[in-house]
Amino acid sequence: MSIEDHYVQFKNVKKSYDQKLLVVKDFNLDIKKGEFVTLLGPSGSGKTTCLMMLAGFESVTSGEIIINGQPVNNIAPYHRNIGMVFQHYALFPHMTIAENLAYPLQVRKMPSHEVDKKVADSLALVELDQFGKRYPGQLSGGQKQRVALARSLIFEPSIVLMDEPLGALDKNLREQMQFEIKRLHADLGFTAVYVTHDQTEALTMSDRIAVFEDGVVQQCASPTILYEQPSNSFVADFIGENNHIKGKISSVNAGIAQVMLDCGTQVNAQTYGIDQADELCILAIRPENLFIANENRTFENTIKANFVARLYVGDSIRYFFKLPSGEELMIKALNDQDAPLFQENALVELTWATDKGLVLDRSK
Amino acid sequence: MSAATLNSVSQSLSAQEIKESKRNLKRRKLLAILFVAPLVFFILAAFVAPIGTMLYRSFYHPTVAQLVPETLTQLERWDSQSGAIPDKKTLITFTLELKQLAKARTAGKLAEEINRALPGSSSLIKFSARKLKKLDEQLLANNGDQRLLEFKKGKWGDPDLWQAIKQSGSVFTDRYYLTALDLKRDSSGSIVQRDTKIYLKLYWKSLKIALYITLLTILIGFPLSYYLATAKTKTANILMVFVLLPFWTSLLVRTTSWIALLQTNGVVNSTLQSLHIISDPLEMLYSQFSTILAMTHILLPFMILPLYSVMKGIDPSYYRAALSLGGKPIPAFIRIYMPMTLPGISAGSLLVFIISIGYYITPALVGGTDGQMISNIIAFHMQSSNNWELAAALGSLLLGLIIIIYWIYDRLVGVSNIKLG
Repeated sequence: MSIEDHYVQFKNVKKSYDQKLLVVKDFNLDIKKGEFVTLLGPSGSGKTTCLMMLAGFESVTSGEIIINGQPVNNIAPYHRNIGMVFQHYALFPHMTIAENLAYPLQVRKMPSHEVDKKVADSLALVELDQFGKRYPGQLSGGQKQRVALARSLIFEPSIVLMDEPLGALDKNLREQMQFEIKRLHADLGFTAVYVTHDQTEALTMSDRIAVFEDGVVQQCASPTILYEQPSNSFVADFIGENNHIKGKISSVNAGIAQVMLDCGTQVNAQTYGIDQADELCILAIRPENLFIANENRTFENTIKANFVARLYVGDSIRYFFKLPSGEELMIKALNDQDAPLFQENALVELTWATDKGLVLDRSK
Repeated sequence: MSAATLNSVSQSLSAQEIKESKRNLKRRKLLAILFVAPLVFFILAAFVAPIGTMLYRSFYHPTVAQLVPETLTQLERWDSQSGAIPDKKTLITFTLELKQLAKARTAGKLAEEINRALPGSSSLIKFSARKLKKLDEQLLANNGDQRLLEFKKGKWGDPDLWQAIKQSGSVFTDRYYLTALDLKRDSSGSIVQRDTKIYLKLYWKSLKIALYITLLTILIGFPLSYYLATAKTKTANILMVFVLLPFWTSLLVRTTSWIALLQTNGVVNSTLQSLHIISDPLEMLYSQFSTILAMTHILLPFMILPLYSVMKGIDPSYYRAALSLGGKPIPAFIRIYMPMTLPGISAGSLLVFIISIGYYITPALVGGTDGQMISNIIAFHMQSSNNWELAAALGSLLLGLIIIIYWIYDRLVGVSNIKLG
């Protein structure tokens, strides 16, 4: 394994503010050079604290952070050479955009003609050529965001940290900026550590996502694996939506488990790792993989449930059903001719393919 | 159909709707005015009226004109540049009026007024009034002028005295403003400088003291506010109580506690002596030093509070951003953090400066002669020398000075930059 494969390393990192409560519990992560890694989790899960420790603004209570083979626990933030984009941009309000961009170069004692050239290049990079003389207060949210990005990149750091950089933007602008950040990442090849609580953002941008909950990484994997093979019910729920049905494993054969659901129906489902017969489990099915059965569309597994409600969303329609055992199920169906209406409490047959049902541990 | 309907909706209000909405607006405005009416009345009665009276008083002075109206009418004919005294008729009119004043026991008032314009004339007027009181009116009507010129070896023959009467007689006068600026009119009526400068020196000293106090409060207040703004909420709250404590104790107690500290046998001197740092006690009280020290202490909250609230509002990520971009802690603090505190510094400075330039009680108690400020001389003229007009002129000039400073400040920094929290 070369040093490129573990360019940034968190080794058994723990963090506590009051020497009692652990905010980050035993965090381990290796980040490859040039990789785009996202720390995803609800607020208060410890993801921002990890980022701040990497940037050097928070001390590490226990464990070690290593960058490029060198432990950085005792290196001051201004010596780490890490670019950072802050949640509220943190553009210096009393300086023009050009002065903001020049600041990191000036503190590095770069000659002024080089600074001017770099600032011009950097403004061009984020397509804000005409804005150098303006003050941050005169810019829109998206423009500020691009300046903040340019400023964190102008001194060519090998690592760029982003702390919910798109949190303050509206939806359209956010999508545009996601694309922009991905473009810059591809062009410049920096290593990016991105913090967000928005799972869509994490899925579309990252090479790898570390899902945080309660100071612990629940799963760290690529977006596809995370979505399709969540390792526990927290991840399954946090990334996208999921239906949960309680049951018990009857038998396991070649990664396919036979599950006896609490409502008495026997079904088959995919399992990764959980293979003990008689073990209590949860069956997870994504709402877009669950269908209302009809003549043309029936899969290996079926279950009967009572109709509760039908919600019109526009491009899709959401159905809500209730199982006899009390669990609620949701179906996300395309808004086409196949979106039937039901009477309240009508008994409806639902169906899904075996490889779309996933067996998860019940303890989580 | 849908698009067409959308566009054909009337784009303007009907006459009835406009009328209705105007009436509504008017009613709401009237209600708003009623709400603020007590406040407006209060401001008029407690703020605009006193200041207006003060301004008026500084140049409106009818006392002499009320005492000797006839004489003043007669004096209009007199050419003060001629070098001669006014004619017989004027003198006779004056003797008659002075006799009347002596009878009504108001001659002293006139003497006092004229004495201000021409020092030393008071005793002459009082003496003459006493003599005239005993003389017959008919007699005076014939040759009162001769009698007048006989008093005190013919002192009434001095044209300067009559000039003084004529000057004091004008109802509107710039005399007090001239005095307040250490100027006067000579006998020919042109403005000249006074030999001794009192008031300009005092204005200058007040400005200097206010400036020192402002700088000191910035120097002391800045680190303290920074600490308050960055400390934990619990610590910050406790410290804030200490900052506000001076507000809750009487101003007199705070000032007199400085007397206890600084006096010759006070705490500071005895401590220094017992530590053998000094052998003889230092004279710290009743000086400019003690004025500045005590006022800095008293005005410190006015610097800390706006500064604290501005610093509290500065997102710590600015400073962090500067560090992450490679700025060393101290240069980053100076270049990034300090400029952001400017609204607080300027608000605090303006407050402290304006309050301290007109401060009265502390310099009066601990200032001695050296630490007196302009307000103390204003108070002196109101309480001791009974020259309210001069006090009003001095006060008006102080008001003007503050307005000019405020204006300069606005041009340089911009009042809109001020943040009081």
